[in-house]
Amino acid sequence: MVWDWLPEYAPRFAEGIWLTLQLLGLSIFFGMMLAVPIGLVQVTGPWPLAWAARAFCTVIRGTPLLIQLWLVYYGLGSLFPSIPGIRETMIWSFLRDAFPYAVFAFTLSVAGYEGEIMRGAFKGVPKGELEAARAIGMSPLQVLRRVWLPRALQNVFPTLAGEFILTLKATPLAATITVFEVYGVGSIVRQETYRVYEPLLFVAAIYVFLTLCLVVLFRFLENRRKIPNT
Amino acid sequence: MNSVFDLLALQPPGWGGALLRGLVSTIQIALGAYALGLCIGFFGALGKIYGGPVLRWSLEFYTTLIRAVPELVLILLLYYAGTDLLNAVLTSLGFERVEISGLWAGIYVIGFVQGAYSTEVFRGALNAVPRQQIEAAQSIGMSPILMHRRIIIPLMLPFALPGLANLWLITTKDTALLAVVGFSELALETRQAAGATKEYLTFYLAAGALYLALTLVSTLLFSLLERRLRRGEAKVH
Repeated sequence: MVWDWLPEYAPRFAEGIWLTLQLLGLSIFFGMMLAVPIGLVQVTGPWPLAWAARAFCTVIRGTPLLIQLWLVYYGLGSLFPSIPGIRETMIWSFLRDAFPYAVFAFTLSVAGYEGEIMRGAFKGVPKGELEAARAIGMSPLQVLRRVWLPRALQNVFPTLAGEFILTLKATPLAATITVFEVYGVGSIVRQETYRVYEPLLFVAAIYVFLTLCLVVLFRFLENRRKIPNT
Repeated sequence: MNSVFDLLALQPPGWGGALLRGLVSTIQIALGAYALGLCIGFFGALGKIYGGPVLRWSLEFYTTLIRAVPELVLILLLYYAGTDLLNAVLTSLGFERVEISGLWAGIYVIGFVQGAYSTEVFRGALNAVPRQQIEAAQSIGMSPILMHRRIIIPLMLPFALPGLANLWLITTKDTALLAVVGFSELALETRQAAGATKEYLTFYLAAGALYLALTLVSTLLFSLLERRLRRGEAKVH
């Protein structure tokens, strides 16, 4: 084992960790914004919406994330340059970068998996609580915001925490479309130093550490959310 | 510009045949890896439940570590470590170095990862078997092996099946990661077809459809299997 390359690459690993966390944070944030309506329409929505949400979850969960990522980056990405005049606009520099595509693909993936979980979560809230909220005159939106969503999230919080850790473990895929997060930096080191095991082991250790941090964070959030005497 | 049908034609210059060959090796790798994972998982679970402290702790280490590290990193590590280890053993025994075929390397690498996940599935399912059933089997004098064969495993399977179905879907999708290491399966064939023709959208959509067909058929088969395994149980609804 030779580790003399480590000090030289440490700053790049720090950048890689920051990029991984950004990718994870953004895709969980946008993904959950989509997952809540996707779960909700499957429980209450009119059938075309419920059916569309169901189909979306099935397709996302039935295909590998790697294919989705390549479809978004190479497939959709190859369509944009054919739009006339797009190269002169502001968004071109944004569309040329790989990171937005990675965030988009991961967001869809989070929405698909978590939408399915939110469906179960919304279903699992006892009917009586929703009827009670309606009976004291809350509007449907108030019922959702004050009772249905908080109760649903509380029930599935441990499941969601586990899913977010799976999302963290999927982030190395972004390296295949030139987003140089932790794993991407590790492969650069591998190419430049011709060392096989050390960079991979170091990358693995970083992921174990990040997973531990997330576990501690979610444990803390879960305890804070707990309603006394339940 | 070629039509979609020309691009996906089964005979060259169409790429349909290449995609289907990729699908076949994806299914081969997935089946082999799943079988290996089930073997590791079953004995791993027995080891975790009945084993001594050394065996228990090493299995705990295996499952925790595998489940904490991203699959892609594991696949690379296991691929290099596995081939190095095999060649070290071979050269020390006086044989020539060998190149492992992509199929076997893929099966071994993904199966080793899946083993950690199925250990946990089997452990949960074995623990879910009611204690009284085991006591009843012991009281009529069944040997441990007979008891497992006749009572525990049949009772455990319905508990394990949903988890095992999930693992099968994860295995089929994990095979796509092998494209990154350069094994020729569906994802890599697709990438080559898309790169050669510059028709990225068409080919990735086609590959997505093939994976989706595979997972939908699998889900159907697993629900049929679950109905058969639960045929003696009382209906809840």
